[in-house]
Amino acid sequence: MAGDAVMREVTLALPMMPEMEIEASKTATAIAESMRMSPDRIDEVRMAVVEACINALEHSRAADREVYVTFEVLGDNDPEKLRITVRDTGVGFSPDDLAEPTIEEKLKSQRKRGWGLKIIRGLMDEVEIHSGSEGTTVVMSKAR
Amino acid sequence: MTESLNVTVDRRDGLAVIYTEGYINNQGGEEIARVAYKLIDEGFRVLLLNLGGTKIVNSIGISILIEIIEKMIEIAGKLGFCCLTPTIEKTFHIMGLAQYAPIFKDEESAVAQLQT
Repeated sequence: MAGDAVMREVTLALPMMPEMEIEASKTATAIAESMRMSPDRIDEVRMAVVEACINALEHSRAADREVYVTFEVLGDNDPEKLRITVRDTGVGFSPDDLAEPTIEEKLKSQRKRGWGLKIIRGLMDEVEIHSGSEGTTVVMSKAR
Repeated sequence: MTESLNVTVDRRDGLAVIYTEGYINNQGGEEIARVAYKLIDEGFRVLLLNLGGTKIVNSIGISILIEIIEKMIEIAGKLGFCCLTPTIEKTFHIMGLAQYAPIFKDEESAVAQLQT
């Protein structure tokens, strides 16, 4: 597909340690800057990466204790899109079974958490989630 | 590596401003909550969270801010936010926080509005 050639690719293997999401966000920032993405859009990418990594780091229970984050710069002659894939080999979940959180429900509930996917969907242009017994993969992209 | 959060407070007549600097994650959120609940115990019913020194937050940290909003509703107090980055402001709107805790562009307008 036009504009979807992979011009550059970087993969991180993050150990399940506190604040590893920040390392991924730094890489996201550096790559998005190299594409000349606007600062506000870079910030949105950074936040989405943080959320996707936290979900994997906190909930995947992956036996290999790692989260893999791949950044792909897509385009033909010029960078057009940044695609980020966050993958774990954990227990998986069923995205369709997750009710979308609302502030009204969370204010009444003991459990205030569970916002990650809603934030990611709100900040990125395209988001796909694949999850099963072999782990979870979140693919998200944003145009430059 | 640790991205710690520094929290400072300016107590004023009838209002306290909480300033944050750094990453608002679970530890950061808990520190803000600790400071906010102390101010409530001291009698403050109007709190302003100035996030001008925070460039990144995560949803776990924001979830703790929702607990503070819940507490302010419970005591019929007011909580506002100011000086947010465009992405943090957008995130708060995605989550619906702005319906219960107004977002202001700057501290001056926040203080003026919250004290009315």
